Amino acid sequence: MSSRQHYLDKLADLQRELLRMGCNMEEAVKKSITALVNHDVDMAQEVIDGDDALDDLLMSIESQCVKLIATEQPVAKDLRLIFTALKISTDLERMADYAVDIAKIAIRLSDEIYIKPLIDIPRMADLAIDMVQDSLEAYVKQDASAAEEISHRDDMIDGLYKQIFRELLTYMIEDPKNINQATYFIFVSRALERIGDHATNLCEWIIYLVTGERKDLNN
Amino acid sequence: MQTKHKITVEKLNLFYGDFQALKNVDINIDFNKITALIGPSGCGKTTFLKTLNRMNDLITGVSINGQILYEGIDIYNGNCDVIELRKKIGMVFQKPNPFPMSVYDNIAYGPRVHGIKDKKSLDEIVEKSIKRAALWDEVKDRLRKPALGLSGGQQQRLCIARVLAVEPEVVLMDEPTSALDPISTGKIEDLLDELKLNYTIVIVTHNMQQAGRISDTTAFFLNGIMLEAGPTDEIFYKPKNKRTEDYISGRFG
Repeated sequence: MSSRQHYLDKLADLQRELLRMGCNMEEAVKKSITALVNHDVDMAQEVIDGDDALDDLLMSIESQCVKLIATEQPVAKDLRLIFTALKISTDLERMADYAVDIAKIAIRLSDEIYIKPLIDIPRMADLAIDMVQDSLEAYVKQDASAAEEISHRDDMIDGLYKQIFRELLTYMIEDPKNINQATYFIFVSRALERIGDHATNLCEWIIYLVTGERKDLNN
Repeated sequence: MQTKHKITVEKLNLFYGDFQALKNVDINIDFNKITALIGPSGCGKTTFLKTLNRMNDLITGVSINGQILYEGIDIYNGNCDVIELRKKIGMVFQKPNPFPMSVYDNIAYGPRVHGIKDKKSLDEIVEKSIKRAALWDEVKDRLRKPALGLSGGQQQRLCIARVLAVEPEVVLMDEPTSALDPISTGKIEDLLDELKLNYTIVIVTHNMQQAGRISDTTAFFLNGIMLEAGPTDEIFYKPKNKRTEDYISGRFG
């Protein structure tokens, strides 16, 4: 009974491309943190160089969406699917930019001995990456209740951010020589905290896709 | 006292012999609104449209039960004056069907049938009706020329003017733009937007985008059942029924 196979194929292509962008972005965040932890300049450079490909993916998704709207006049859920693809891809691109920021810091600090072992920052990164991964899965399954649950994990990321911030402050108070590095680590944790916020946005868009309702989960 | 809805349809069933073409249709048609009827071919939307001014009476073997209240009065009640009803509820068809006479006579035909003979009054009605149908500038110099010499889009607007000439309250339209090019279609859509200030319009359309663009309310028919009706922006944004969604997004039909 299904007609418009060509159109349905194009919608499926769009979703696949979005997931590919999500996977590449997760990879970039993971690598940037690994580069930071291991003082790995090459890996950090890889993240920076890889950002153009992600930007290209974003543009490709955008143009697919615009063409679908222009030629297929999507309505109802199809329209929300295309609209959310636009919004989600923008969120993913922002997250990837944060990975680049972290990679640049990794390069900057690569010659330094760290003032403390990095434990909470990788934990924060894992939480953020899991959030993104699971929300993309919820997107594929169009599971609004899973999306809402996932969004609550951002509280843990926010908690870790505050904890890291306080801890690094004490390092700075202890010895002004720590200020440079500690500030960079705060930047890193801030970037991860923002990634968590964007992951929450993904959850909001999934709920919108499924139910047609906007829900503010970021507060 | 004015009723809440211009037309209220309750539990309407229609049979062509043994075949049931409409099943328990309930719907309200609101004053000065455009109601679009959508659905795949054979779903009953045109049949439904024709029940509103009793055009189905002309088909043998049709039986109807249920109620259609026009401003509170049952139009299938024996006392209803069908001629008067069809004067109040005019109809425009899919293909433009001007009479084989002049532009002027096409418009004057209805008023003459209803007893207006005075030339001055007829002149006024003709001009007013053609102006309301946004056709005046194009035909004012050729009122005595054959209507069949007009373009398709002009002919269709002439048919709309012909309906307006008898001062209806409701205009039924059965795919009025399906035989027209996009420019003529655009003109008719603009015209509908103006007409709804003074008339209640019910339109059958196969063009989903048209329904989305022009109507205030959309009703979706499937297999003789009115599956879903509601504000057009809601129907096209988030329909309640899965079958409605599948139809408007082109999954079937």
